[in-house]
Amino acid sequence: MSNVPANLRYAKSHEWLKIEGDGTATVGITDYAQSSLGDITYVQLPKVGATLKAGETFGVVESVKAASDLYAPVAGTVIAINASLDSAPESLNTAPYDAAWMLKLQLANPADAAALLDAEAYTKLLG
Amino acid sequence: MPVQYRSILEEHKAVRRAAGLFDVSHMGEVDVRGPEAGKFLNHLVTNDVTKLFPGRILYSPMCFPTGGVLDDLLVYMKGENDYFLCINAGNIAKDLAWIREQAAKFAVTITDRCADYALLAVQGPRAAEIVQSLTGAKLGLVKYYHFVEGTVAGVHCLISRTGYTGEDGFELYHAAGDAVALAEAVIAAGAPRGLELAGLGARDSLRLEAGYPLYGHEITQDISPLTAGLGWTVKLDKGADFIGRDALVAEKQNGATHKVVFFKTGDRRIVRAETPVLGDDGAVVGRVVSGTLSPILNEAIGSAWVTTAAAARPLAVDIRGTKLNLHLVKPPFVELKKTS
Repeated sequence: MSNVPANLRYAKSHEWLKIEGDGTATVGITDYAQSSLGDITYVQLPKVGATLKAGETFGVVESVKAASDLYAPVAGTVIAINASLDSAPESLNTAPYDAAWMLKLQLANPADAAALLDAEAYTKLLG
Repeated sequence: MPVQYRSILEEHKAVRRAAGLFDVSHMGEVDVRGPEAGKFLNHLVTNDVTKLFPGRILYSPMCFPTGGVLDDLLVYMKGENDYFLCINAGNIAKDLAWIREQAAKFAVTITDRCADYALLAVQGPRAAEIVQSLTGAKLGLVKYYHFVEGTVAGVHCLISRTGYTGEDGFELYHAAGDAVALAEAVIAAGAPRGLELAGLGARDSLRLEAGYPLYGHEITQDISPLTAGLGWTVKLDKGADFIGRDALVAEKQNGATHKVVFFKTGDRRIVRAETPVLGDDGAVVGRVVSGTLSPILNEAIGSAWVTTAAAARPLAVDIRGTKLNLHLVKPPFVELKKTS
C-alpha cells in the first residue's frame, strides 16, 4: 500500500507538490512512483533559474528497470534543486516525500495547485 | 521467478557478499541417450564433447549452419551413453525441434524433461557452506563444472557446481514436486549465513558483471560465438564435423565484420540495450546489446555489437543529449572468486 500524505497535492504522472505558503512549492515523486520504478540509480534535474510550464518535462528519473520523464505539476521557476540526489539517488526509494525532494519552484500562479489531485483523489487513482 | 524480491541492487550485493537463492526452474532439461549420444552431441554443438567424462560438465553454443547461435547450453555427461542438457527457457520449443531433427540420423533418444525438473541455484561465497550443511556429499571434491548425484535436505539432486553469477555456487536439479521443501531448507540454512532470495534482475546484472553472454543479447542467430568473443567454445579442430563449422571456419579466415565488446562509462546513467553506438566520426557503428548499472562498481556497464574496425577506435553513446565515452573492458568487471 503506497504512502499518500494528506498535506500534499498530486499530479496524475505521480509527482507531488507541497505548497509552502510563500508563493513557492516543493516537488518530488510519490511513494507509488519510486516503488514502481524499483532501485533508483540516477536523477537528472533542471538548472536553477529554469522556467517550467505545467506538464513540461523537467528531468529524468532512472532505475535499473527503466528511465522515466519527470513532469512539472504546475508552472514556475526553479529556485532550488536537491543536489544530494546526484550522489544518492537511492534516497528516493526510502524518503520520496522528505530527504529526496527534487525541486523548489517559485510558482507562476499559486492558484494553479488547486487543479491537482488531493490525497483522496490520488489514492483513488492508484486503485 | 520475479524480477526482484526486495531490491535488484541489494539482491546483487548479497550474492557477491554472502549468497543468493535463485529459482531458475524455467530452464529446460533434455535427456540424450543411446549408443551414439556422444557422437551426436559432438555434431550438434561447437565445443568438444569428447573431453567430457562422467561427472563433468561442458558449456557450449549450439549453432545454425550459418554459424549464428541457436542457443547456449550445458552438457552433463552422466554415463557412457547418457547425457543431460540444460537449455534456455525461451528456446525450449525451438531447441527441442532442432535437436530432434538433427538426431534422426543418429542412434540416440531425445527426451523432454522440462516439466520433470525444478532448478534452484545457490550462488555466492558462502554457497558451498550452505549446501554442504544440507548434504552428506563431499562438495569439496566437486570442482567447478563438475557434478555429483546426492541428497540435499532429503531431496535427491543432481548437484552441479555451476552458475551464472561469476561466484562459486551450485545448481540443484531435482524433481519438481520437491522444490518447495528444498527451497525452504536452503533458506533456513542460508538465512543465518546472509543468503537472500534473488530474482531475475540480479541474475542479469550479476551475469553481465561477470561477462557471461545472454542468449538474445551477446549471442543471437545473427551473432556467432566467434563474434561474441566465445572462440574458446568453438573447437574447429576437434576432429569431427559439426553444425556451423564451415561458416565459422570462413568467419575465422576472413575476419569477422563485427565483434561484441564490453564497456563501462564512469557514469551512473544506464546505457540500455538497443542504444546506437557511435564511432569517433559520430557515425553509428553498432548497438548496445546489454546494459545495466554495476551495483559493485556503481557505474554503467554493458556490452555492444560494433564493427570490428570501429572497435579499435574511440566509441561513444548519446544518452538523452549527453555524450558518454565507452571504456572497453575485458570482463569480468569485478574480481571473481570461483573455485577451479
